[in-house]
Amino acid sequence: MSTLLEIQGLHVEIPLSAGILKAVRNVSFSVVRGKTHALVGESGCGKSLTALAVMNLLPQSAIRCCERLSFDGQDLASTNERHMADIRGNKIAMIFQEPMTSLNPCYTIGNQMQEALLRHRRVTRKEALDRAVFLLEKVGITAAGSRLKQYPHQLSGGLRQRVMIAMGLMCGPPLIIADEPTTALDVTIQAQILSLLKGLQQEFDMGMILITHDLGIVARVADRVSVMYCGQVVETGDVTQIFENPLHPYTQGLMDCIPIPGKTQRGEHLGSIPGIVPTPIGDMTGCTFRNRCPFVSKACAESNVTLQEISAGRAYQCLLSPEVCAQNLRGGVAV
Amino acid sequence: MVEQAIGEIKEIEFPSPGQILRQRTLSHKGFMIGAIVLILILALALLAPVISPHDPYHQELSKRMINPIWHSDGTWEHPLGTDNLGRDYLSRLMYGARISLLIGVSAMVISGIIGIFLGVIAGYFGGRVDMFVSFLITTRLSMPVVLVALAVVALIGGSLNVIIWVLGLLIWDRFAVVMRSSTQQLRSIDYVNAAKAIGCSTTRILITEVIPNILNSLIVIATLEIAHAILLEAALSFLGMGVQPPLPSWGLMICEGKEFMLFSPWIITIPGVVLSLLILSINLMGDGIRDITAPEGRS
Amino acid sequence: MFYYTLKRLSLAIVVAITVSFVTFMLLRLSGDPAMALAGENATPEEIEVVRHQYGLNRPIIIQYVNWARRALGGDFGVSPYFNQPVEKIIGGRLGITMTLGGCALAFAICLAVPMGVLAAIRPNTWIDRVALTISVLGQAMPSFFFGLILIIIFGVMLRWLPISGSSTWRHFILPAIALGYYATPAIMRLTRSGMLEVLASDYIRTARAKGLKAGVILFKHALRNAIIPVVSLLAVQFGFMLGGSLVIETIFAINGVGFLGYESISRNDLPMVQAIVLLVSMFYVTLTFFSDLLNAFLDPRIRVT
Repeated sequence: MSTLLEIQGLHVEIPLSAGILKAVRNVSFSVVRGKTHALVGESGCGKSLTALAVMNLLPQSAIRCCERLSFDGQDLASTNERHMADIRGNKIAMIFQEPMTSLNPCYTIGNQMQEALLRHRRVTRKEALDRAVFLLEKVGITAAGSRLKQYPHQLSGGLRQRVMIAMGLMCGPPLIIADEPTTALDVTIQAQILSLLKGLQQEFDMGMILITHDLGIVARVADRVSVMYCGQVVETGDVTQIFENPLHPYTQGLMDCIPIPGKTQRGEHLGSIPGIVPTPIGDMTGCTFRNRCPFVSKACAESNVTLQEISAGRAYQCLLSPEVCAQNLRGGVAV
Repeated sequence: MVEQAIGEIKEIEFPSPGQILRQRTLSHKGFMIGAIVLILILALALLAPVISPHDPYHQELSKRMINPIWHSDGTWEHPLGTDNLGRDYLSRLMYGARISLLIGVSAMVISGIIGIFLGVIAGYFGGRVDMFVSFLITTRLSMPVVLVALAVVALIGGSLNVIIWVLGLLIWDRFAVVMRSSTQQLRSIDYVNAAKAIGCSTTRILITEVIPNILNSLIVIATLEIAHAILLEAALSFLGMGVQPPLPSWGLMICEGKEFMLFSPWIITIPGVVLSLLILSINLMGDGIRDITAPEGRS
Repeated sequence: MFYYTLKRLSLAIVVAITVSFVTFMLLRLSGDPAMALAGENATPEEIEVVRHQYGLNRPIIIQYVNWARRALGGDFGVSPYFNQPVEKIIGGRLGITMTLGGCALAFAICLAVPMGVLAAIRPNTWIDRVALTISVLGQAMPSFFFGLILIIIFGVMLRWLPISGSSTWRHFILPAIALGYYATPAIMRLTRSGMLEVLASDYIRTARAKGLKAGVILFKHALRNAIIPVVSLLAVQFGFMLGGSLVIETIFAINGVGFLGYESISRNDLPMVQAIVLLVSMFYVTLTFFSDLLNAFLDPRIRVT
């Protein structure tokens, strides 16, 4: 199992009139072939920006810097735009959240899918078309031949997202980044798309970064998780570890918010995390979660907390020791 | 137990709406330039009877076609020279400003009344009224304004009043279009519904939410239509079917100077440049108002 | 799509009829046409003769119906100045005006579209500011003044181009520029804002994520979408150029329909004026209708249901 993508110390800053927005701070994780790494967190925690930073698709005003950003041995941080364009769609594919607006309304599905392949491979249009048909059928679209001649507005949201997935796979990329792929879809379609993604990942032995705010999706699909809060990774680990033994108070709070079948009693209150997410502008000392944390202490405002690795692939960012954290766990969260 | 969080995370302070407006206005270069130039021209126009060096209608045939001050034979008595009938050009220029502004504002007012009325009834009542007004607008847009204005003025005879009325009756279309869409939107806009939902009365809604938003678009359109009217009048006067001599309309001055322009280009350049400056300043202000009051619409 | 076209077409026809009616009324009612036709020095008896001759003593509605009936058959009356059928004279000049309008439009497109695209790719840089400045200046200068300036600079001072007449292609250059520049700001701004909006859209983000080359993204994906409203605007602007050619043709002594219109108005040649106004209105109506169709055709969301 080879490490496909390795990110260390990724920072993304966006200059605003009120100050510099530190949208992504010191994010590190790695993705392995055949495994799904989920980035989970609230809206605005920087998970989408992290993915865009990997692809170097950030807005023009944003500034990216990192200690290490390597894909398949190649250093992406120093890759220029022209070579980056050779990698996008080819080695790393990205699927976005809004299928309704992510396809060009003036060209047919077939045209847009073919161009994804023709850009990176020396194949004929016919071969590209055949591959498009093959992939459309793989994602569960029947009558692929006639679908290819249709325009995006003639397809439903669920169908369009399937097309987006198929289009992402045209070049057989080893890594796929899915940014909230099911958020804009009906609940009934969500499950189908997720199963589809998981199945395709295993069939083509791809690495996947799955960005979501839904812990349920994480539990279903992901192998490893990084929990993000206010631009930082506050906890990382295998899915089972995170769900069974969440260490960071934020992760614990998140677990508290979701009902667990079999454990949560009828009529029992679901937890919530009081307060709102602060805006990471300007100098930040101390832990950014401290104004919402149930276990806050004086030290939280003063010292700079960093991510500590307690075992291989398991890390969290809190001043409290793992034992104290485990004790803090309110009953009933273990899966 | 939830303990008091220690160490405040700083709140970001945002300025008040009034401060925002003033800051945007002062920092909008286009608006400020336009405003300064317009105020200058306005001052010249208003003070013309007081500070004009000569009578603009006074002909002195012995002093014809004197060059302006930047030529070797210019004199300070006539800083911008004299025209082919010996009239002081600077004075004519200043009085010309009065004519342009008068026609521009009057025609704008007339067209505004017509256009706003049509637009509001179309937007408010909808249905057949809307269809009829839209049809009127389309018909008006299909008419070549310059041709029709020319033809009508040719038949009636050109004068200040005729020009004002002909222009006013022809250029109301933008008022109508904008007022129609504003009124339509306002019937079902989110913040009106939201205001209703929290119990505001209809009058209060109209005053605090509806009118300020219509007012913004209205001011922008009014400004731009003044410029439009001034341009049209200049074109009509240039073609001889506008303001009649001896009135010092800038368009007319260009027309009268045309035959001498090859030898004395300044005779058409001066009124042309001033005319362009006036239009420019009004356009800049109109665009500026649009940007300042609705910067989200700006790309 | 078919019903859409049909609906727009019927509306266009009704508008054309209304315009001809309104113009007819305006021209007959703004003064005494008989007096105008008879000339300044005519006696009251001569005016009465003219009135009878042209049927101006009949009720206005009857006059209009007669005129409309004949117009549908292509007969627009006889010009008292030329003593020839109006449609013949107009027909002879139409080609020149159309050529001038076409050249002006071409000039405007070649200047405005690239500027708009460049300004959108590099917003808030010097390119953007130059483009916006040119656009603002362009809208401030009256076209007749610009025409005269062009004559002075290029015709007289530099002596590069001819300034009067319409015999060779060179005669069309200055008039085309003078006529076309006025449309440039509107086209440029629409291109710029359209491109800015499109470049921020999700499908452009998808195109970038697919690794497509910058040129492909710009032209195949972005411009194709952004240009749709611009094409509609171009059709309408062409109409304005045909109508606004009057001033330019007069300055440059181009023998087109616009110049003919001006002269006819000066001469009180009512049948000619009536016909020209109708002609230009028909062009406006047709081009607006055409531009709607173009809009629908270029956008698959409307064309393919």
